[in-house]
Order: sequence, then C-alpha cells, then structure tokens
Amino acid sequence: MEKRKQLSVSAIKNGTVIDHIPAKHLFKVISILGLETFDHQITFGTNFESHKLGLKAIIKVADKYFSEDDVNRIALVAPVAKLNIIKDYEVVEKYALKVPKEISGIVKCVNPQCITNHEKVTTKFVIIMKPEVALKCHYCEKITDQEQMEIQ
Amino acid sequence: MTYSMKSRSLVSINDYSKEEILHIIQLAAEFEATPHPGLLDGKVIATLFYEPSTRTRLSFESAINKLGGRIVGFTDSSSSSVTKGESLKDTIKTVSNYSDLIVIRHPLEGSALYASEMATVPVVNAGDGANQHPTQTLLDLYSIQKTQGTLEDLNIFLVGDLKYGRTVHSLLMAMSHFNTTFNFISPKELQMPEEYKMHLDTLGLKYYEHLDFTDIVSRADIVYMTRVQRERFSDPMDYEKVKNVYVLRNHMLQNTKPNMRILHPLPRVNEIHTDVDQNEKAYYFTQALNGVYTRQAIIASILGLKS
Repeated sequence: MEKRKQLSVSAIKNGTVIDHIPAKHLFKVISILGLETFDHQITFGTNFESHKLGLKAIIKVADKYFSEDDVNRIALVAPVAKLNIIKDYEVVEKYALKVPKEISGIVKCVNPQCITNHEKVTTKFVIIMKPEVALKCHYCEKITDQEQMEIQ
Repeated sequence: MTYSMKSRSLVSINDYSKEEILHIIQLAAEFEATPHPGLLDGKVIATLFYEPSTRTRLSFESAINKLGGRIVGFTDSSSSSVTKGESLKDTIKTVSNYSDLIVIRHPLEGSALYASEMATVPVVNAGDGANQHPTQTLLDLYSIQKTQGTLEDLNIFLVGDLKYGRTVHSLLMAMSHFNTTFNFISPKELQMPEEYKMHLDTLGLKYYEHLDFTDIVSRADIVYMTRVQRERFSDPMDYEKVKNVYVLRNHMLQNTKPNMRILHPLPRVNEIHTDVDQNEKAYYFTQALNGVYTRQAIIASILGLKS
C-alpha cells in the first residue's frame, strides 16, 4: 500500500523531491523556484490527501539539487514542506525548511502606494510570524500576508 | 557625549534614539534663542517636492534661508523632469551632485528610504505618503518640551483619526521613550492600531481608549487633535454620526490643567472650533513656528555644523 502511494508520482533516480506543499500554493512554489525555466525532468502531483495539510502537492526534479538559500524561499508559502535528496532511487537526506529572516525580490508588496510598485526597485522584506509567515516591506513598512503574496 | 547624526539620513522617527531626539530639541532651543545667520554659508540644499505641501516646504525653506543656505529644487512634480518620465532614482543620483543635503516630499510610501539608498548625500524625509514624517514629530516634541518644561511622565491625549494618522503614530513611538501615559479618543472605525498598543504593552506604558470627549480631558497635559476625514468611512452615515463628536470647543477647556496645551499638525478643518483660537491653551500656530527651529537643528546636525 505504502509503495503504491509513493508511485502515484513516478520515482526519480537522482534529484530532489519536495513534499508537503499545500496544494493551493503549488504554482507559487513553482514560480519561486523558477521551475518554468528548467530543462530538467520535472514531475508534479497535486491534490493528494494529507493528514496535516488536507490536500498536498509534490514536486520531483530530476538531477537537480537546490542550494539551501534557494529552497528556503519557498517557506514563505509552504513552511512545512520537506525536502528529500534522492540518489540512486534512495532517499539519502531528508530535511525541513528554515524560514529566512529577510527576502529580496520574488514577492510583490501588497501596498499599491509602495514605491516598489512604481519604480524598478527590488522588493525587500523582513519576515515576521504573526503567527503565520508574513512579510514587512523594508520600504513602506506595510505587511503582506500569505494570502496576499503575489510572486513577481 | 558625541552624536552620530552627521551625514546620516533622517527617514523615520525610529532612526533617532532617545538621546538623539533630546539633542535635536536642545539644539532647536538654541536656534530659537540665537539666530545663526551664516551657518549654512556656501551650502546648497535641494528641496524636491513631488507633491505640493505649502506649509512643510515653506518651513524648510525658511529654516534654510535664515541660516544663509541656498536652495535648489522644485515645488511640485509638474515642474520637474518627472513629466519627461525620469525615475526617482535618476533624479536623486543627479541632484546628489548639486547639493549637500536633499529634502524630499513624495506621495509614494517608502520613497524617502529608497531615495536615501540611492543618494550620495544625506536625505531628510519631509513626508512619504501615509508612511513617515519625522520632522513633524520632532517639532511636536520640541513644542511639548517648550510648553511643559519636560518630556517625561506626561499625560497625552490623541484625538480623531488614530488609525490612519501618521503623525499620531510617530508621536506615540517617539513619546514612548518618556514614560508617557496615553489617552486615545476616536470613533470605533478609527481606533489606534493593535501594533502600537502592543508596543506600549511591551514597554509597560499605560493607555486608555475612549469613544468621546468627557471630563477626563481635565487630566491632560497635551491634547493632540487630528482631522477625522470623510473618505476614511466606508458608510457615509457612520461619518455623519461622528463628525461633530471630535470637535474641540472653547467651553470644553474650562476645567483643564493650567499647563495644558492643544497641538494640531494643521491644516485644521473644523475639528478645533475657531472660538478656541483666542484661548491661551491653543498652541497650534506657535507649534508651526517651532517647526522652523527644529528643521534648522536637524539640518545643522546632519551637516555636522552643530554638535
């Protein structure tokens, strides 16, 4: 039974599996990681049942290992996601994400009156927990919460 | 003690420590007592006003002129290169070459901080949209110090729009250094945001919330009035209900403390009845004059001309 569940998204020989992504944020995670520009083999699965998340999504990227900084950025929308490093079909390492303290680019500030929405300024946020992840704009000081996050 | 305001931009009131705030206030008093006509000799200050703000601009320009400085700049964006599509970054980079300090007023929030990151000279924020206006706060503090003889242990009443009013938020942050007791008087729709109350809780400072003026105002040392604006209400009926509740009239001042003074950032509409103007407790016009001395103090300390 366990085996069938694993295979509902096909296995990869080498690469990274990102599990426990809230299904509704799958496409945000894809944008944050910039997967649309990758030429690796990528498999997505979504709307799997999950005890923790209700519905979860999973991403498998063949032959790709992300840097910690890159992958931690997805903690903005998928803070409980888990990473599995696969080598020769085996999980050799498994780790949880760390929410970064600050983040540059990626997300748009929710405040239409913020300078970053009018000039070519790279957005910059301090990450606060209230208690979910939310972003405080370095420039206008307004808070963008998880539901409002729009990936640039 | 040495102060490190030299060459540092002033974007938010939170950029200054308690000691630095006190230093500016002390310097403002010195400028009020003794004019320093040649202090800014040879200095050029840029005043970039991307939106008209007559009071703030004239106050800055008066402060600079009285110290003998020269001014370059524009008074609204229609007379600047913005109309040709120039970015804020490019304007700031260019103006940095022509001036020793830039004063900027801009309708977008965060614009002053961004300008300070792009500029090669210090930047003073003269208001960035609904965000920050630190020189207003410092002149408010100078006015409080002047009228009360101290900033410590005062009872301050903030009245009107406490939700959106940037001046009351910055004043609260600055006064929270001085063991202040706060009383908030506002309609339900415009109450002080949670984050500021949490800040006071963290510091263990007392605050009380009221829906209207009562006899409680007799305990005030400072009553800080702000405008309740019609456009802040989603339902016009709600505005009609409260619009006359937050109007200060002369007869309401009868039992107030002798040292009590009324402040207002101006412009006033109807929230202070004109019958208050003759009362010696009405301080809002002198408050505007204090702005000139405070801005002299800020500019002089940033340029390192006064320590």
